[in-house]
Amino acid sequence: MKFLDALLGRSKPKQPKLDALFGVTGAAVTLEAAAGMKPTGQAAVCFKPASGQGFAAASEELQGLLELAVKEAGSSLRVTDDRYGYRWVVLADPEMEDLVTSAHLVNSTLEEYGFGPQLLCSVFAFADASGRRFHLVYLYKRGTFYPFAPLGGERRDNELELRVKATLGGDLPVEPELARWFALWGLPLD
Amino acid sequence: MLGTMFLLGLLYVVFVGVLIVLLKSWVLIVVIAGGFLFIQYFFSDRIALAAMRGHEVSPEQAPELHQMVDRLCALADMPKPRVAIADTDLPNAFATGRNQQHAVVCVTTGIQRRLSPPELEAVLSHELSHVAHRDVAVMTIASFLGILAGLVVRSSIYAGAWGGGGWGRSNDRDNNAGAVILLVILASAVVYALSFLLTRLLSRYRELSADRSGAILIGRPSLLASALVKITGDMSRIPTRDLRAAEPLNAFFFVPAAAPGFSFSTLFATHPPLERRLEQLEKLEAQLGRPA
Repeated sequence: MKFLDALLGRSKPKQPKLDALFGVTGAAVTLEAAAGMKPTGQAAVCFKPASGQGFAAASEELQGLLELAVKEAGSSLRVTDDRYGYRWVVLADPEMEDLVTSAHLVNSTLEEYGFGPQLLCSVFAFADASGRRFHLVYLYKRGTFYPFAPLGGERRDNELELRVKATLGGDLPVEPELARWFALWGLPLD
Repeated sequence: MLGTMFLLGLLYVVFVGVLIVLLKSWVLIVVIAGGFLFIQYFFSDRIALAAMRGHEVSPEQAPELHQMVDRLCALADMPKPRVAIADTDLPNAFATGRNQQHAVVCVTTGIQRRLSPPELEAVLSHELSHVAHRDVAVMTIASFLGILAGLVVRSSIYAGAWGGGGWGRSNDRDNNAGAVILLVILASAVVYALSFLLTRLLSRYRELSADRSGAILIGRPSLLASALVKITGDMSRIPTRDLRAAEPLNAFFFVPAAAPGFSFSTLFATHPPLERRLEQLEKLEAQLGRPA
């Protein structure tokens, strides 16, 4: 039906794939064992807020619900908007496993409320042995991960990113097209 | 795209008609006509960019614009097109390229100056929808079919006239040839006009589709609507000369550049009327507004 859809100019919003998120726990173990890269205990879920009453009502209800659920897992949560008009749910938890569970919970709750097509990415923060920060970004629509290591002045540490990719090897599905490793400037994580 | 397409198509029809009369070789004619189409199909991105004097920009040159496109592409799960900026005050944007790998999205400095970032993002998502729907390929093929239909009509009339024999005595031959050519021109003009109307209809339909998908992608139809209103309002304030110069490129555009005093009849327009587009976006907004 893809041909017909192209002919009629129809495209359906993509639904996210969430299950691969749990792979981050294993990947964190590999990164620490092989390269001394540790999670910093922070993660964030990014989505594009939609307009209208439905979204406003749902997001209030959602935030209460999320705070409650996340607290149960022992994590903390805050919500911020960035200058590109995207909303970030920032999670903090010293335990990687709980952090991943919380991130999955936030994602699946957003999906349940019908915001699946609006989900942009999930981000997990890491630091290497010398303290350089990088992030593992999960692209829902692709079901793949990629590393993003911002430097000052909107530059990227490509060497570190490629090292992370090599270290991860088969542990996580890494995005094969480098053109899709898009930058996330102004990430609300330390 | 259709604005240029009409002129090009007309050129084909006249050119091919002359060739048929002169050469009487079908193979050569099909090769030449196909060659032109091939060039247009494969170089649509470069032709449009050159016509608008747009130049590609790197992420360092236009970080905000690139970041917007990056995020929209991640949301929509499509490869990132090249990003270009055209240095003109005309507020507009267009997307071209035969497929997702060769696509270019271009915005003018005029649109960047007039729209707020969220509105510009809405316009970009409309243009990305054109890329996702492969509109350049569809429209090129659609208009080629019209040209092909014209060829078939011409050839059958021609073959009938010459092959039929018994057309009067030999000294009437010249008169007959003149009549045949007249008939050929008439028939091909009718077929071409019909196919032109149909491709325009298709174009308007696809504009609405792109509006719809773009609005759903960003989740805020009202942003696209406000961008439309702003640009359309601004359009009429631009000096007429600029607009006239840009008219052949209309079909590429987000909003057609219509000079005041020159009204597109509804049938020939490449874009649906503003009211129709706003109405659709309003409906979408109401749909999204309903509690989940």
